[in-house]
Amino acid sequence: MAVYLDNAATTKPCEAAVEAVINNITLDYGNPSSLHKLGLKAEEVIRESRKAVAAALVCEPDCVYFTSGATESNNTALFGIAANYGKRRKKLVISAVEHSSVAAPAKHLEEMGYEVVRIYPNSSGEISADEFIAAVDENTFMVSCMLVNNETGAIHPVKRIFSAVKRSFPECVTHCDAVQGFMKIPFKAADLCADLITVSGHKIHAVKGAGALFVKKGTRVAPLIYGGGQEKGFRPGTESVPLIAAFGAAVNSMRPGIKTAYSNAEELNGYLRKNLEKLPFVTINSRAENNSPYILNFSAEGVRSETMLHYLESNEIYVSSGSACSKGAKSPVIAAMKLKDSLADSALRASFSRMTTYGDIDMLVKYLQSGYESLAKVKR
Amino acid sequence: MKEIFLLKEGEIALKGLNKRNFEEAFIKNLRHRLKPLGKFEYTRAQSTVYVVPEEDVDVDEAFSRCCKVFGAAAVCRAVVCEKSMESIAETAVEYLGDELSCKKTFKVEAKRSDKHFPLKSPEICAELGGILLEKFTNLSVDVKNPEITVTVEIRDTNAYVHAVRVSGAGGIPVGTSGKAMLLLSGGIDSPVAAYMMAKRGICVEAIHFAAPPYTSERARLKVERLCEKLTPYCGDIKFFCVPFTKIQEALRDNCPEELFTIIMRRLMMEIAQRVAAKEDCMALITGESVGQVASQTLGAMVCTDAACRIPVFRPVIGMDKTEIIEISRKIDTFETSIEPYEDCCTVFTPKHPKTRPILEEVVKAQESFDFEPLIAEAVENTELKVIKL
Repeated sequence: MAVYLDNAATTKPCEAAVEAVINNITLDYGNPSSLHKLGLKAEEVIRESRKAVAAALVCEPDCVYFTSGATESNNTALFGIAANYGKRRKKLVISAVEHSSVAAPAKHLEEMGYEVVRIYPNSSGEISADEFIAAVDENTFMVSCMLVNNETGAIHPVKRIFSAVKRSFPECVTHCDAVQGFMKIPFKAADLCADLITVSGHKIHAVKGAGALFVKKGTRVAPLIYGGGQEKGFRPGTESVPLIAAFGAAVNSMRPGIKTAYSNAEELNGYLRKNLEKLPFVTINSRAENNSPYILNFSAEGVRSETMLHYLESNEIYVSSGSACSKGAKSPVIAAMKLKDSLADSALRASFSRMTTYGDIDMLVKYLQSGYESLAKVKR
Repeated sequence: MKEIFLLKEGEIALKGLNKRNFEEAFIKNLRHRLKPLGKFEYTRAQSTVYVVPEEDVDVDEAFSRCCKVFGAAAVCRAVVCEKSMESIAETAVEYLGDELSCKKTFKVEAKRSDKHFPLKSPEICAELGGILLEKFTNLSVDVKNPEITVTVEIRDTNAYVHAVRVSGAGGIPVGTSGKAMLLLSGGIDSPVAAYMMAKRGICVEAIHFAAPPYTSERARLKVERLCEKLTPYCGDIKFFCVPFTKIQEALRDNCPEELFTIIMRRLMMEIAQRVAAKEDCMALITGESVGQVASQTLGAMVCTDAACRIPVFRPVIGMDKTEIIEISRKIDTFETSIEPYEDCCTVFTPKHPKTRPILEEVVKAQESFDFEPLIAEAVENTELKVIKL
């Protein structure tokens, strides 16, 4: 059977999610805006999902807005806040290792005349809270920092940063891209001190195409698109009821086990680390502490990421290349960590889910070893 | 209004006794490209090929396909009408009205191949010109530099009013110059090379070297897509995919690093020649351009050519990258070419490749390992896929 260790990219939809989609597209296919009872049924489906996501974030359902996914949530957060809060104040502070769905809108804002300050991590991928806080001033309208880095799994001190920012500059809007932390790292919306939180469905065994943005009451976010007033005008367009239903169903089925799953992931992670340490050619890039147990980034020095990835793939083991691509297009995250070239070129990412087993990890280690033996350019 | 296409032969018209062969190849190619769109009738006369749709077809698509078939210098759309001045004038107004009403100057050209038509060519021009002047007050006549030319043709059975002519693909029909094997990596240059050789009538077959897991399935699919993009020009393409992994690994393990690329190129040429021989291809085609990369220096090419027993055509040899890109955009291969997948040429690229390799050294390094069984195996296991339009 296939060994799927690319869960940070996407996860296999769980049974509850699949069932929710099928039910919705075969039975409750009404438009939530319709006044008849099919419409009402669809509206209820959305309400239930909203409740589910809100319960997971520990917030009011009214604070949850459904979008097409994390990219849209992040874009809405940045542009929607810039439109309403960035008229007088022009500075945006973000970490330098944000996902491109934050980094690219920030770059676009920069081109529009905003000042964007990027906080770089140290070589172990750590973002300094003090440095972040020091960059914020009275001219800053927004700060954005991800909770868990998607490539290394590093957990950033979001709570420390945001609470300090809010203490000194209550007007400054705080946004956290929590896609890789949601339903994995236990957290509550209020604890993060975030005005906006991005989450995504397909990273937690729901279906691609549905995400959400938590918006703290009183925060004014301008919509990206205009239309029929759905989601209180925040995100118009007929709701993707089947995908939202799947999102809610996945959250409901996952939520009771977050803590158990976390400790399982810790054990799996530890097991993989221990086994990788036995391989002399492997360097682990993810740090040992303050790191999500669901993600482990490492380098098999001497074999390019893409080559090893395809080798593993030919044995039905699916991982991700830690660094984006060859030909100098290094991932900004890996680049920011200032790894030496041979490590950056060979970085791989294994990411777990609740479906991951020890057997999966044994397979990965076994084929890393055999892959290295047949592919390494310089044999030792 | 029934539209037809007129394809004016370019170089074919200059051919001597074998002109017929070229014309037949041209029509055969046209037939093949247009067949999926419906039924067409093909006739030729006076260095023009007439393509007449026989039923309801997508005329715009058919026309754009005609513009990509090598052999035509210019391609026109025209409307068929009765052989009477009233009918001709009516058709011209209806067919070209929009065009004429936004232009300032025009002229009328007439060709009368049916000498029984009562008016002579200059008379037709005068007559029709007069009618159009009356009808379109914005127009005045300019015979030297008109913004639009209205062409009328009187033939045995019908009269034709032409629309604006556009340049054809040029060249001579694919298939009239024999077959050649293109080394297709997936970059920008090789599809352009294929296009240029096809323009000279060569039937192109393509060979690609895949080295999984160093190169991915996506890289191979990308190359197949490039072939697809070439089919409007080249026709169906036989695509050969060579399993190259073992050879590359043997190369890595047995040859000096700075000569990797050069020996790899020689081995590719060797395999390509063997496949070419099976396919009756008389030459190889590559997308090399002098000095572009280390394996494309003059010295490197001397070393690769020494491994070749048949001619190697390099149509982009003297072109700058920007010129090559311009053509690749024109033939719509650029966007596909720049998709970022590892290809066989970038695996094991030496840090410091030799830009001035010495042939004897290269041959000696290559002979230090017996590649023959691996080459034979690779040729044996080469997969063929026909990429159709």
